[in-house]
Amino acid sequence: MANKPESGQRIDKATGTPTVGHEWDGIEELDTPMPRWWLWTFYLSILFAVVYMVLYPAWPMLEKGTAGVLGWTSRGQLAEEISVADQARTTINEQLARTPLERLPQDSALMQQAVAGGRAAFLVNCVQCHGSGAAGSPGYPNLNDDDWLWGGDLKAIEYTLTHGIRQHGDDMTRFSQMPPFDGVFEENQLDAVIDHVLSLSSDAKPSAVGAQLYADNCAVCHGPNGLGDRALGAPNLADAIWLYGGTRAEIQRQILAPRNGMMPKWEGRLNPVTIKMLAAYVHSLGGGENFVEVAKDPAVQVDEQP
Amino acid sequence: MNNPDSPSPDRALPGRSWADLPEDNPPEHLFEKRKQVHPQRIDGNFRRFKWLVMIVTLAIYYTTPWLRWDRGPYAPDQAVLVDLANRRFYMFGIEIWPHEFYFVAGLLIMAGIGLFLVTSAVGRAWCGYACPQTVWTDLFQHVDRFVDGDRNARMRLDKAPWGAGKIARRGFKWAIYLVIAFWTGGAWIMYFADAPTLTVDFWTGNAAPVAYITVAILTLTTFILGGFMREQVCIYMCPWPRIQSAMLDEKSLLVTYKDWRGEPRGSVKKADKDPDAFGDCIDCNQCVAVCPTGIDIREGPQIGCITCALCIDACNRVMDEVGRPRGLIGYATLEDCEREAAGEQPRPVWKTLLRPRTLFYFSVWVAIGLALLFALGVRSHTELSAAADRNPPFMLMSDGSIRNAFTLKIRNMESRPRRFTLALEGLDGAVMWSGTMSGEDAARSLQIAVDPDQTQAVRTYVVAPAGTAAQDFAFSVVSIDEQAETDRSEVRFVVPGEAE
Repeated sequence: MANKPESGQRIDKATGTPTVGHEWDGIEELDTPMPRWWLWTFYLSILFAVVYMVLYPAWPMLEKGTAGVLGWTSRGQLAEEISVADQARTTINEQLARTPLERLPQDSALMQQAVAGGRAAFLVNCVQCHGSGAAGSPGYPNLNDDDWLWGGDLKAIEYTLTHGIRQHGDDMTRFSQMPPFDGVFEENQLDAVIDHVLSLSSDAKPSAVGAQLYADNCAVCHGPNGLGDRALGAPNLADAIWLYGGTRAEIQRQILAPRNGMMPKWEGRLNPVTIKMLAAYVHSLGGGENFVEVAKDPAVQVDEQP
Repeated sequence: MNNPDSPSPDRALPGRSWADLPEDNPPEHLFEKRKQVHPQRIDGNFRRFKWLVMIVTLAIYYTTPWLRWDRGPYAPDQAVLVDLANRRFYMFGIEIWPHEFYFVAGLLIMAGIGLFLVTSAVGRAWCGYACPQTVWTDLFQHVDRFVDGDRNARMRLDKAPWGAGKIARRGFKWAIYLVIAFWTGGAWIMYFADAPTLTVDFWTGNAAPVAYITVAILTLTTFILGGFMREQVCIYMCPWPRIQSAMLDEKSLLVTYKDWRGEPRGSVKKADKDPDAFGDCIDCNQCVAVCPTGIDIREGPQIGCITCALCIDACNRVMDEVGRPRGLIGYATLEDCEREAAGEQPRPVWKTLLRPRTLFYFSVWVAIGLALLFALGVRSHTELSAAADRNPPFMLMSDGSIRNAFTLKIRNMESRPRRFTLALEGLDGAVMWSGTMSGEDAARSLQIAVDPDQTQAVRTYVVAPAGTAAQDFAFSVVSIDEQAETDRSEVRFVVPGEAE
């Protein structure tokens, strides 16, 4: 193990190792060689580094780094992993593509897969407006409750997702427009209408004047009893849920200067299977309706056969 | 260092100063080269006891995975099974889930305290008889004896130059080592899967890679540790001898050479000539010859002594032959040694064994054992936990009622399908439905089926009428069978306006 002593090097008696030849106040340093295993590991790591530099991207150049003969890139690896993941989902996706939406609830395993996939797609595409818990916020509907503007069965949800709401450039989009009543009502008439609207869903004092004004101006869309109309996306005014707020001021604002919310259409941006999964997820949030409701909505037709 | 008079003998080899070292010769090695141990065949009470322990422990190890235990159609029928894939541990009538791992921890603590107990009472009995390293080393040494003959023949063969005969013998011996080692490694994996199935899979190449890797590693370690390293494991690698030396006291039984009786040593001839000059030890070296770790017990207690007591057998036989009383080497406590050396009677064995220290260890050991048994007896096979949705925490419905959503986990720890009645406790007027049913069928209690030996997640919606105040309530489950096991989970009902 010991290095061969060169001429002039002294051999330490106790260890048989040559000293390096320096001396400080009688203290000398042994010229102990590297352990063989260490040295070989070192040589092997040098070899490894050389091989690595040839095979993989290593040296930064002016424009870009050396590519390495294997042609490996981290982007390429990601693409490969994504395609592997896609392939793993192929069976599910094909099954979903084959199964008509209204048949989905009969296959609970496939339904669970669809809900799981829909949750993932929701977190990417929908949370910006509807929130991560799908609980919405003023102006953006809560998807957990049982109050649906355009219908809450699987087909209706899918239709809304596909064509959007008040989406320009799509003839099939859900469309309606509440006209502004600014200047139509006198101030006391406005108060009466608000009184009437509030009385629909609470114990507030009804107003006969308001009821008449409502029947003349509002009932055509919101219905004589304020139950709304899903064909027009006219909200139910008799329930506890208010899209734009249920205080006097908020109702007044909506009457005078209505906001007509819009939702982008997802057809063309998401594939039909993803839209199906999103519909299943939104339907599963606790407020989903059975297909009985569909009959009430003439805009939606149920395909009984696939 | 250059000064030959420098007083630093401690740092050189014992008993020498740096100056004593030869100027030109290579330095001496700091470690003693291992001397191969060739223990001699011996028969006696302790040897027979060792045989017995060896047969029993090896039989337990090799056959346990093959025992069957009927648990019905939904659980494996292997008596002892560590089912890592399904996270279950089966031991005869006991099934342990991962969250009950404290049973295993308790058993390990009991094993630890049991070792304290045994060590403080009878010294390193574990090392001498039951330790796997001891048992397998013993087994391999019997193989040595079977192939190469007894001590002298083996020593001769060791020194013999390599020739056809030696190569054949070594090859044969190592092949037997390898078979034993492989069998040992193979038996280990049987504890982790259904043994008959795994055996077939293993030989048809269908077992999991981890099975082959485990067998390879254990074969290699058994081959090396049992076949070649042997006593070096005990002396250099194992921490237990060090820990034990802290647990031994002057009342622990040790294998002891009674030097006050044996010294000075002298052969029978010399003793015949001068009977008063010598002790009982005739210096026949039999105690050294039979020692599996190659030590000389007459040098006193030492870390190499695993207290296998084979030297007691050897010495007793020699004492019988020369007509001197047995027990020149025997189990004795340090205290008794002093007593006997002073000519007093040793304490009775029961007094040595029953002393506060051993009684304390024993009572702790028993207490943990009883606590585990009690916990095992009263544990429930039904569990319920409820987690409330946090986003959104509550939901206002169109009729003004309020809905909260929960994820319930119902755990069925029986290996048969069971039905449970899930019910609401408190929260008047509220009803619930699960995610797989229609909200129109909402009720105060639902029936939930849970697969055997599974935890079922049930998404549950609870709706309370408008005006319900925020309050605590609970879910409860009752198993619909004669056990009628129950569990409940308290949660809070959250309403709009109450920030949480």
